[in-house]
Amino acid sequence: MANNDEHKGNWWIWKVFWILLGVTSFEVALGIIQPEYLVGTQVLGTSLLNQIFIILTLVKAGYIVLVFMHLGFEKKSLKWTILLPALILIPYLLFIVLTEGDYASIMMQ
Amino acid sequence: MSQTTNEISNWEGGNRPYVASYGKLMMWFFLITDALTFSAFLSGYGFSRFKYGEVWPSAEDVFTHFPFLHGDHPLLFVALMTFILIMSSVTMVLAVNYGHKMQKKKVILWLSLTIVGGAMFLGSQAWEWGHFIHGDKAAIQTHTLEVFHIAKDNELSSVYELMGVDGHDGTHHHFNVQEVGEALHSNTEYGIRISDKTYLDHEAAVKYYDKNAQEVLIGANLHNNEYGQGLFADYFFFITGFHGFHVFSGVIILLIILINVIKGTYEKRGHYEMVEKVGLYWHFVDLVWVFVFTFFYLV
Repeated sequence: MANNDEHKGNWWIWKVFWILLGVTSFEVALGIIQPEYLVGTQVLGTSLLNQIFIILTLVKAGYIVLVFMHLGFEKKSLKWTILLPALILIPYLLFIVLTEGDYASIMMQ
Repeated sequence: MSQTTNEISNWEGGNRPYVASYGKLMMWFFLITDALTFSAFLSGYGFSRFKYGEVWPSAEDVFTHFPFLHGDHPLLFVALMTFILIMSSVTMVLAVNYGHKMQKKKVILWLSLTIVGGAMFLGSQAWEWGHFIHGDKAAIQTHTLEVFHIAKDNELSSVYELMGVDGHDGTHHHFNVQEVGEALHSNTEYGIRISDKTYLDHEAAVKYYDKNAQEVLIGANLHNNEYGQGLFADYFFFITGFHGFHVFSGVIILLIILINVIKGTYEKRGHYEMVEKVGLYWHFVDLVWVFVFTFFYLV
């Protein structure tokens, strides 16, 4: 379980810390600068900038869940028991709700 | 239990198919349900955002302040809050890690620092809420419940600036539609920015104002929201409030665990799994914040 050889020291904790900090700083920098090209380009219903934010967020979430919460080192069956409901239900819900939101916006006009 | 051999199949009981303890499994199952709850809230937020499109307030106009600094500093303060929470997540992993090595003193040190981080985050959130409720630029609401702002040279100005008072001097200001209207009439350098974020010059602004202005909004609450669409404030209070409540419960649980660590409960028990379980909860709180940060402040 937790006593794998790779977890002898603390370096892996600080590695993830620097990754999370780096990604967050990058996001904040993009958020302040608002590069025109990224704001102006539309991809899948929103700006390219927003898509980049969402991808970076998922990267951060991955590091937190897999390393900090140790899920990456649990048994495969446990890993999927926990991840699958979220990976199926959340995109499903988002798809329905956001499509409906878009439709509601058209109906208002 | 310790006699369990490989001959017993995983499905006959008495074995642990997941190689994780009961407590840890249940914490994970709770976290799944909690994750789905938060996704429902954030999807709801997404629905309203898609529905109201251009009228939805943009975060750069809303969260612009930093303690002890003047002027606009969008994103900086939430970036700091994010940093505090990531940092407290790191101290939490360190506490769990030293728990595995049965080093009581180091567990106490890192657990205490985690609690300090949680408390700092809660303090920051209180400050953020205070600012959000107090408001920044004030705005005017129309008969159709749209919100527009005072502008100057095609940039957001504020009702305070138009009226020539300091909005952050600690006193409560009240303006009625007539006096703001008179000020707008007589100060030709001011215009307005209507709810879809287009700017009107002075002449058009005065016309729009006289036709539509109904109420001067100061700050945000569950009824009115000077930043724009009213739902924005409702979602803000509800989602960051629900997250803040998780942080608050996390701090309380961490305190209880810390007391147990100091008393030597887990030393006697032979393992620090309780620290690991509360650690899972604490990281989850950080995980939720990562999403709240993105969808409220960045996107």
